[in-house]
Amino acid sequence: MTAMQITMAWSDWLALLLQFMLLSLMSVSGAITAVPDMHRYLVVQHGWLSDAQFSSSVAIAQAAPGPNVLFVALMGWNVGLNAGGGLAGGPHAWALGLLGLGITMAGIMLPSTTLAWFATRWLHHNAQRRGVRAFKQGMAPVVVGLLVATGLILANGNQRPDTPAWHLWLVAGVAGLIVWRTRLHLLWLLGAGALLGALGFV
Amino acid sequence: MHTGRVLRLQSHGDNPRMAPPSPALRPADTSASTDPTTRPRPSSPADLFWSFTWLALQGFGGVLAVVQRELVEKKCWLTHEEFLEDWAVAQVLPGPNVVNLSLMLGDRYFGLRGAVAAVGGMLAVPLVVILALAILYSHFAAQPQVAGALRGMGAVAGGLIAAVGVKLVPQLRKHVLGFVPSLVLAAVVVLAIAWWRIPLAWVLLGVGGVACGLTWRKLAP
Repeated sequence: MTAMQITMAWSDWLALLLQFMLLSLMSVSGAITAVPDMHRYLVVQHGWLSDAQFSSSVAIAQAAPGPNVLFVALMGWNVGLNAGGGLAGGPHAWALGLLGLGITMAGIMLPSTTLAWFATRWLHHNAQRRGVRAFKQGMAPVVVGLLVATGLILANGNQRPDTPAWHLWLVAGVAGLIVWRTRLHLLWLLGAGALLGALGFV
Repeated sequence: MHTGRVLRLQSHGDNPRMAPPSPALRPADTSASTDPTTRPRPSSPADLFWSFTWLALQGFGGVLAVVQRELVEKKCWLTHEEFLEDWAVAQVLPGPNVVNLSLMLGDRYFGLRGAVAAVGGMLAVPLVVILALAILYSHFAAQPQVAGALRGMGAVAGGLIAAVGVKLVPQLRKHVLGFVPSLVLAAVVVLAIAWWRIPLAWVLLGVGGVACGLTWRKLAP
């Protein structure tokens, strides 16, 4: 993941902020749905990030604790590092990295959270309306289906060509069964998964 | 019900900039079905901040499974039904669903301060952790064990999230549409997303629209 050398003018930072603010409002169901458009903008159109930097930003955020949206922070961080000459660039590069991080996170968070806040308040005050109740109750089966589907996609998305696919499904299935039936702490399961992965089982 | 709705609309119309009810009163004025005085709730915005920090730090590969485990099963701040409803709203709004969910909960307990505390808790410390990981990763990216461990955790995380869905299935027994129609709707969503790979927005509009429409007809006007 070697840094690239790029130059960012103030107008570029502003354009980055506006682009992420726009994506924020389009990212229904999570920032991950905006990934293809971010790739087009950051890697293809402007060349602010390399392909490797882009995909490792997403991968690290998927593996790290916390909301997946933090991959956006890593993208901004990497753009800043690139503008400052990479990690070796010293405090100047780190400062630019933090600037990039602040800009992309502010862009992706502010519009959607503002909208969510007003929508939440409206729904709260109108909780007894038939339409609101129908929406909240009607979505329940959809939500259950979404959770199961998300789990299936996540489990399947990590497949490696040299291990049998059933290994992955076995690990995911056993983990799911344990969570369903017991109250074992989730970190034990994740630790076991990490160990199995490091040993090459999945 | 009708008069209540009209009255509410009028009060909004008369004074659109009406101040929100004081934060302490807000849980009481809506969830009339559950007694708010006996329900566990966060004690302060700081409690919210650290609770959400702690659950975000447990959420490898997504926080959703942990949210359900911590807030519904351990802290009992939400019932299963409330979790389903709130999550539906958080999911449909733009933005990360767990961030939207923490914002909704924080706002419900302590107004804007609570919303900021909950979202801040969800993001601040994990942001530091992820930066440290990114810097570490640039040193160890070549190790196959590191990539393997990430893959193993991804598989487990998939199982965890699917299990949250399975755990909520019993809730559908109480659904106004009936148990079997609800299960069919859920199954269609699974097929559409995981098998046919239809973009989520279309699934939400299509299946979600049908589900809400049917529910609307069932609910007494």
